[in-house]
Amino acid sequence: MTPLVLFYIAGAFALGGAVGVVGTRNVVHAALFLLVALMGVAGIYLLLFAEFLALVQVLLYGGAIIIVVLFALMLTRLQEFSSGVMENKQWPIAALVSLGAFILISVAVARSQGGAITDRAGPGVLLLGESLFTQWAIPFEVASVLLLVALIGAIVIARSGEGEP
Amino acid sequence: MITLVHVQVLSAGLFCIGLYGVLARRNAVLVLLAIELMLNAVNVNLVGIAAFVDHSKFLGQIIAVFVITVAAAEVGLALAIILRLYRNKGTTNVDQLNLMKW
Amino acid sequence: MLRDLIVITIQVFALVTALTAVVLSLVWLERKTLARLQRRMGPMVVGPHGLLQPVADALKLLVKEDIIPALADKPLFWLAPLVVFVPSFVIWVTIPFAQSFAVRNMELGLFFIVAFSVLSIVGVVMAGWGSANKYAVLGGLRSAAQLISYEIPIIMVVIAVIMLPHSMNLVTIVEGQRAIPYALLQPLGLVIFLLAGVAEVGRTPFDIYFAESEVMGGPFIEYSGAHWAVFFLAEYVNTFTIAVLAALLFLGGWAFPLMPEATWVGFLGVLVKAYLVVLVIFWFRGTFPRLRIDQLMSFGWKVLIPLSFVNFGLTAAYLFYGLSRWSLALASLFVTAAVAYTIYRRMTWPARATAEQRLAKARAYRRVETTDAR
Repeated sequence: MTPLVLFYIAGAFALGGAVGVVGTRNVVHAALFLLVALMGVAGIYLLLFAEFLALVQVLLYGGAIIIVVLFALMLTRLQEFSSGVMENKQWPIAALVSLGAFILISVAVARSQGGAITDRAGPGVLLLGESLFTQWAIPFEVASVLLLVALIGAIVIARSGEGEP
Repeated sequence: MITLVHVQVLSAGLFCIGLYGVLARRNAVLVLLAIELMLNAVNVNLVGIAAFVDHSKFLGQIIAVFVITVAAAEVGLALAIILRLYRNKGTTNVDQLNLMKW
Repeated sequence: MLRDLIVITIQVFALVTALTAVVLSLVWLERKTLARLQRRMGPMVVGPHGLLQPVADALKLLVKEDIIPALADKPLFWLAPLVVFVPSFVIWVTIPFAQSFAVRNMELGLFFIVAFSVLSIVGVVMAGWGSANKYAVLGGLRSAAQLISYEIPIIMVVIAVIMLPHSMNLVTIVEGQRAIPYALLQPLGLVIFLLAGVAEVGRTPFDIYFAESEVMGGPFIEYSGAHWAVFFLAEYVNTFTIAVLAALLFLGGWAFPLMPEATWVGFLGVLVKAYLVVLVIFWFRGTFPRLRIDQLMSFGWKVLIPLSFVNFGLTAAYLFYGLSRWSLALASLFVTAAVAYTIYRRMTWPARATAEQRLAKARAYRRVETTDAR
């Protein structure tokens, strides 16, 4: 199929899943709608010559982050305390603000000149890897330290302290 | 033919739906999910620009990798904080977590 | 373009049919192997030597009544088998059986396989949650914990294998084994891949999360009939995937050192190697008792993950310093032997301690007797 049709299909998954995340009453359903949205985004990466990034997206988001969110939801029954209306008192204003932001950004984008995709291949893992370990080595190491800090912080925060109920 | 406008309008749409989710949802976990949507919208934008404008350079993809890493770390930590709050206050309603208001 | 679509559809259908036939053969093989290990005959009634037994099993599962609990979350309950089963089949699109015999061989083939096998974990959690049953939720979360813990050794071992031919393309990896299979270069990697792969699939000795005597079926309690058949199918396809990956990544795939170059010879070679690995996996099931969940998690985190990092470090040192191949093989073999010996000593020390105590007591008793007799 032409790339445009595939783009519309993947975009429908992404936007449909996003609407599901913000619109559903059930928290577990919201987490699974997020999975659908993120798989749609992975499909869009495939169309934009980012194959490695698409697979990283599937692996990290689908296989790690959604599972962490589902663990947190299921172990603490957080959904029982959000009965009734899921929205704030200020949801009409929020809807107006997001709609306004969308129109603003779309108009600004449509006025600029964007190129069209030519038939070329993406960078491939070799170039990405070389770049990540030579030019971007310091952000890479900082990111790994960040992950370590987040891991230790999450363990320290979430475990019940000694003598606490 | 996909053009940059298509990709950026999609990214704007995702971002604004996430924005609505952050502003209008009560449950803290749902706010976190909406933040994930916004981060992904930013990633789509970066990868789109790398594909259309930045021919044969892939800076957008590398920055997207770092954004995904930071998002993963943030989700883990934020969920730990939400679990702690739930244990201490008994609620995840963001309207009721207002100890620091005047 | 329409022609391409038709060709791919036909290929995918052929692949799905072949995989189902393989699953049927695996069901029969497992029951016969377990039976022979336990000195009995196994299925013998349905067809000659029980060969039609899997067909009978499949028919029984399909005509059973589908019972859905009243409080179950209907969308989750119906979608969970799909989310478990579809990634297991999607992976097969990129697995090659000969040099040009894959539906679509990708440059990032191995990474594709790893990424999509992680997706099926979400399906198990959905199954547990959607069943509206406390045991199901517990089983689902335990299984997710086990599966994500054992993903890490698999990913590290796969990275170590990718480092050798510098490619994630499965055809390139197998072609790089024409000189020497990677099982001889990285025996530690092969052992870790097999153990972590068996844990990933959820077979004994790692099947506590859905064993009937432990959690009453775990996340799959409320699934009956055709729903459960889908889970069953997914488990056997995953077993065969691990076996074929072990055959392609470690045992040399279709690259025999002394064989003719015809495609069908390579294809048969891959099948034979995969079935040998499958027999070893069935052998595990017939021999070892089940691990408890805490033993399972401590084995994964405290033994397999450090070992996989050691394997990665050895391969990196070999590549960076340009050492000879035999140094990598010997170092890997040495680490494997040392770890195996340590585990053996730790597991048998209660028995040895008891035996020594009894021996010392017997000697003391004999000495007292001799002194008294003087």
